Amino acid sequence: MARYIIRRLLQMVVTFIGTTFVVYALMFANQNDPLQALAGDRPVSDNVRQVLTEQYHLNEPFLVQYGYYMQGLLTGDLGRTLTGRPIGDVMSDAWPNTIKLALLALFFATLFGITAGLVAGLRRGSIFDNTTLALTLVVVGLPIIVLAPIAQLVFGVKLGWFPTTAGARPSLYGLILPALVLGAASTATMMRLTRASVAENVRADYVRTARAKGLSARRVVAVHVLRNSLIPVITLIGVDLGTLMAGAIVTEGVFNIPGVGSKLLLGIQTEDGPLVVGFVSVLVIVFLVTNLLVDLLYAVLDPRIRYE
Amino acid sequence: MTYQYPSHGQGQGYGQGSGQGQSYGHGYPDSPTAPVVAGWNDDRTGWDTPTAAWSTPPTRARVERPRSGEHLLDVRDLWIEFATRDGVARVVNGVSFHVDPGETLAILGESGSGKSVTAQAVLGILDTPPAVVRSGQALFSGEDLLTMTPERRRQVRGQEIAMVFQDALSALNPVYPVGWQITEALRSRRGVSKAEARRRAVEMMDLVQIPAAAQRIDDYPHQFSGGMRQRVMIAMALAMRPKVLIADEPTTALDVTVQAQIMDLLATLRAELEMALILITHDLGVVADVADRITVMYAGRVVEHADVHTLYGAPAHPYTRGLLASVPRLERRGQGLHSISGTPPNPVAIPAGCAFHPRCPYAQQMCRMTEPTLLRIGRLDRASACHFPPEALDARHA
Ligand SMILES: Nc1ncnc2c1ncn2[C@@H]1O[C@H](COP(=O)(O)OP(=O)(O)OP(=O)(O)O)[C@@H](O)[C@H]1O
Ligand code: SF4
Ligand SMILES: [Mg+2]
Repeated sequence: MARYIIRRLLQMVVTFIGTTFVVYALMFANQNDPLQALAGDRPVSDNVRQVLTEQYHLNEPFLVQYGYYMQGLLTGDLGRTLTGRPIGDVMSDAWPNTIKLALLALFFATLFGITAGLVAGLRRGSIFDNTTLALTLVVVGLPIIVLAPIAQLVFGVKLGWFPTTAGARPSLYGLILPALVLGAASTATMMRLTRASVAENVRADYVRTARAKGLSARRVVAVHVLRNSLIPVITLIGVDLGTLMAGAIVTEGVFNIPGVGSKLLLGIQTEDGPLVVGFVSVLVIVFLVTNLLVDLLYAVLDPRIRYE
Repeated sequence: MTYQYPSHGQGQGYGQGSGQGQSYGHGYPDSPTAPVVAGWNDDRTGWDTPTAAWSTPPTRARVERPRSGEHLLDVRDLWIEFATRDGVARVVNGVSFHVDPGETLAILGESGSGKSVTAQAVLGILDTPPAVVRSGQALFSGEDLLTMTPERRRQVRGQEIAMVFQDALSALNPVYPVGWQITEALRSRRGVSKAEARRRAVEMMDLVQIPAAAQRIDDYPHQFSGGMRQRVMIAMALAMRPKVLIADEPTTALDVTVQAQIMDLLATLRAELEMALILITHDLGVVADVADRITVMYAGRVVEHADVHTLYGAPAHPYTRGLLASVPRLERRGQGLHSISGTPPNPVAIPAGCAFHPRCPYAQQMCRMTEPTLLRIGRLDRASACHFPPEALDARHA
């Protein structure tokens, strides 16, 4: 197990270097004059230009620039945005909002997805099963870019149940609607997977054994059917985190949440290389670590899985 | 979820005053007979030490002692069918059998003859639908399992009647340690503490002769060999000390030497614990040494039942004769093996008359028209469902 984790961590280092390099290259390689892009129409004085060029090593070869950047990253210095703000500050503003949003979305998706999937799986062919099937098809078919404004219009503007935008310091309540929207697709897939998994497991031999022991119906479902059905669902959570991060860009834009998504969007629009690369680097780490955790959790849930 | 079990110290008959208006078949309404609680204050002690654990107050349901002339488990005229796409599959058609404590009954029949369905119906784990129990009784200590309340039935299940399944690998939950699974019912139904449960798990694993039980208690099913896994299944079934153990093809998935070991173990435990053992199998060779009586099933019917010596020495029904002829035997070495031609009937379209007639070498015109009934032959408790008595068959064959 320890050897497996070490190997995975080493792989993560390689993946991390690779992805940051690609993003770095994409952001910086095709800019002819980032300083001018930053300044917009105003002329940049030679003095300032020299200072900034020095600061960003702009006259060094590309690989050396990347080397400097990684060096900073490893020492905890994420650099500054082109507007001069320390990227570390931007992150500590943005990340808490996004983490709250993503965790809330994941919480809703898990809660609703697994509960509904369990009920549908136990009562296949029932009205509940068919209704949720139709609903999940609709939700999966609607891209978040459509779903988010609709939800905002219906629940925010028309019904007034939730604030339409989250504002600069979003409250947990203000994040509920965005989280529901963001987690909708995950809820749907999680429900379908749970349903399929439960439907398969209720017919398993060991469930028959559990019933033969005379256990209560509730215990048979909770301890045997559900427990075993969750194994594939856990893996989905790891995959879903990627979807959630992508969805966060749109959701944060629509609901005006000052999170990672909106900062990233801003960075791309203003061609703010250091900002984009910084955020993407952290995203990559989050993604890699989550996937490792999910894999380890998988082994905990299913003792037949051994990592060597 | 907790359930209130009737306390057993008050001489209060089960079902009395339950207001359910249920008949328990043989209704002994207010009989003040001493309640029998299997495994504790009854006369079947001695298979393990009466430690504090075993003397924890039993919460199992009370069961009346069978009255004389009654069997411990008495299945009468059981009819079960399945609604399938092709029509109604009549899978069990009027099956009857019985067992008593300390006795081994083998139920024998080809694949698809309805053995497992019968057993599952008795235990109450048959999925209804698709299955429908049309009629019949399954009297356990005089109480009909098929008409009792689901809650009462759940109490009997596992505690009074337990089952061992064929494929232990799939019948055990892959994600829980074996010790945990063995004592799950004890913990959840009897409130045995965790530490106590561990001790009991080791005890049970010792009982079924799993080497180094104390070290293996936290292992998972996939870490055991097939034979050891089947022992775990048996330990699990016996953890509640049932009075009836139904073993549904417990050795089919195992290789021959291990088969014999498991059969020996079952026979030993049956004797030690004075259980009634129902051994379901399609292999006559397997049960010869352990069974007391054999019930032969064909197409969901009992075609013959007899004690094991009579059945082997003088099989009455042509189907049994065919089965016997297909068992390799030393004294007939060199004669080649005989096997019954044809295949068992589809339960959706069972042949009219005698269900066995398309495959029966003795079949006559009347076999195609009328169905033979199970008739007693000579001695008590031996019967065959054939139009022709064994002597007539012998004469025709000669
Ligand atoms: N859920 C079901 N739906 C329809 N038919 C079923 C169902 N379960 C069992 N049957 C039918 O019932 C018949 C008897 O099945 P059963 O499992 O009792 O046979 P068996 O005697 O135990 O055979 P085996 O030796 O293969 O275990 C079979 O023909 C089977 O097709
Ligand atoms: S009744 Fe006829 S067909 Fe059936 S077993 Fe007897 S001889 Fe064979
Ligand atoms: Mg079977």
